[in-house]
Amino acid sequence: MTEVVLFVIFAAVALTGAVVMVTAKNPVYSAMGLLTTMFTMALFYILLDAHFLAVVQILVYAGAVMTLFLFVIMMIGVDKKEDTAETIPFQRGLTVVVGAGLAAVVIMAGRQAWVTGSTAFGAPDLNGTIETVSDALFGTWTVAFLSTVFLLTIAAVGTVALAMFGTPQLRDTKSEEAP
Amino acid sequence: MEDFIVAAVKTVIAFALLFTVVLLLVWIERRIVAFMQNRLGPTRAGPLGILQTLADGMKLLFKESMTPDRVEVWLYLAAPIMALVPAVLIFLVVPIGAPITIGGTEYTLQVTDLNVGVLYVLAMSSMAVYAIALAGWSSGSKYPLLGSVRSAAQMISYEAAMGLALVPVIMFNGTTSLAGIVEAQGATYFGFLPAWNIVLLPSFVVFVIAMFAETNRAPFDLVEAEQEIVGGFHTEYSGFRFALFFLAEYINLFNMSALTVVFFLGGWQGPVFGPTVLQWILPVIYFFAKTFAIVFLFIWVRGTLPRMRYDQLMGFGWKRLIPVSLAWIILAMIAVGIRRFGLPWA
Repeated sequence: MTEVVLFVIFAAVALTGAVVMVTAKNPVYSAMGLLTTMFTMALFYILLDAHFLAVVQILVYAGAVMTLFLFVIMMIGVDKKEDTAETIPFQRGLTVVVGAGLAAVVIMAGRQAWVTGSTAFGAPDLNGTIETVSDALFGTWTVAFLSTVFLLTIAAVGTVALAMFGTPQLRDTKSEEAP
Repeated sequence: MEDFIVAAVKTVIAFALLFTVVLLLVWIERRIVAFMQNRLGPTRAGPLGILQTLADGMKLLFKESMTPDRVEVWLYLAAPIMALVPAVLIFLVVPIGAPITIGGTEYTLQVTDLNVGVLYVLAMSSMAVYAIALAGWSSGSKYPLLGSVRSAAQMISYEAAMGLALVPVIMFNGTTSLAGIVEAQGATYFGFLPAWNIVLLPSFVVFVIAMFAETNRAPFDLVEAEQEIVGGFHTEYSGFRFALFFLAEYINLFNMSALTVVFFLGGWQGPVFGPTVLQWILPVIYFFAKTFAIVFLFIWVRGTLPRMRYDQLMGFGWKRLIPVSLAWIILAMIAVGIRRFGLPWA
């Protein structure tokens, strides 16, 4: 019962955050809406006894990703008025249709076992969420995990390479400007 | 039902304790810095001036809270609260004493023991940056904005170093629960040397340095450098809203000192003897004694070191602290591996 009450409260907060994120005129408020939703997601994970996942959600998404978002938004002119004119005439109608479609797909998928997961394993061990996650990461799915690591490393190296060896003119003007 | 009552009582006690400690802390800092600068500091209110903070708090409470014209009102009002909440939340997982047993039930002297305590602490301290960033931005004034941009960059950089410094501690103790880490430090070497995590010296040094940056204190107080950007993020705040920022800063100072003690100095561990009541009280005394020793270190550094330049700050964080902690993690990993699985050729 407690769980249901908490879920309803958190769900309301999460949805409010999502609505604020989409409707806010100012990007900083949008970021705050997204932050609220992400934070509430962490609370859902706690309700599901996945403490590790909850903390990682806060640490990575609310802590790092959103801070970076906010930093970027604050750095590049938030005072500038956004162009809110709609260029596609049937945009709003399309939104309703696509939204309804998505909702239908989610509701249908929610009834399938391959989405909700099997309950054959029983309740998760409360004190072992880190162990469970690391067993999966470094045991069962090592190859997939390492491939992701490689992909991310390549992306990071690529970004550095682009920043350092990108347009040569830019680099030249920079070195000329340097005192 | 009983669980709820216990949790409620613990929360109230933790809250009262935290705010009392903070009142003391501000006074202690002002007195010690004054002595270091060859003056007396506050001496009038109460014995030795101990009630000075209370008087200042009352003053701020009754002062007008100005709201400047160009602020983004909602975020401007929310920022002080967002500063205080994570600061208070961190203290909930800090064990301040050995578990005590009353009437057959064991009560831990911490509000809750999370099995992901270390990560929780890092997550909450990463939330602190929002308050400062939003306060600076929503003030609609340039000095606060500069301060908040500085703080965002600084706290993100040093958070990484702080997290990396804790990895060897987790590997060494084999747990991420704060109570578990303290328990693991209860053993002794050769029968008399306490087995505190201070043996992980590089981690300790990196953690303490990162701690100064996370709490925005000297020599990393660029966020509110008075000589350069007035007051930084809290320039436009007055009255009780300013008091909330101030409270949050000192709660963070106490939290970080307490966490240093938990992670590296054995928490509440220490020689315990005598009757049961003494066995309950002594660990709490050890914990607070150690914590205030670290607090003294904070104040000492503030009274001694000048502020770093911004490029020095960034260079130091990314080019020194992070590589050092990464190298140390690899060394610690090898050491823990040998301790657990034996030498590779054996």
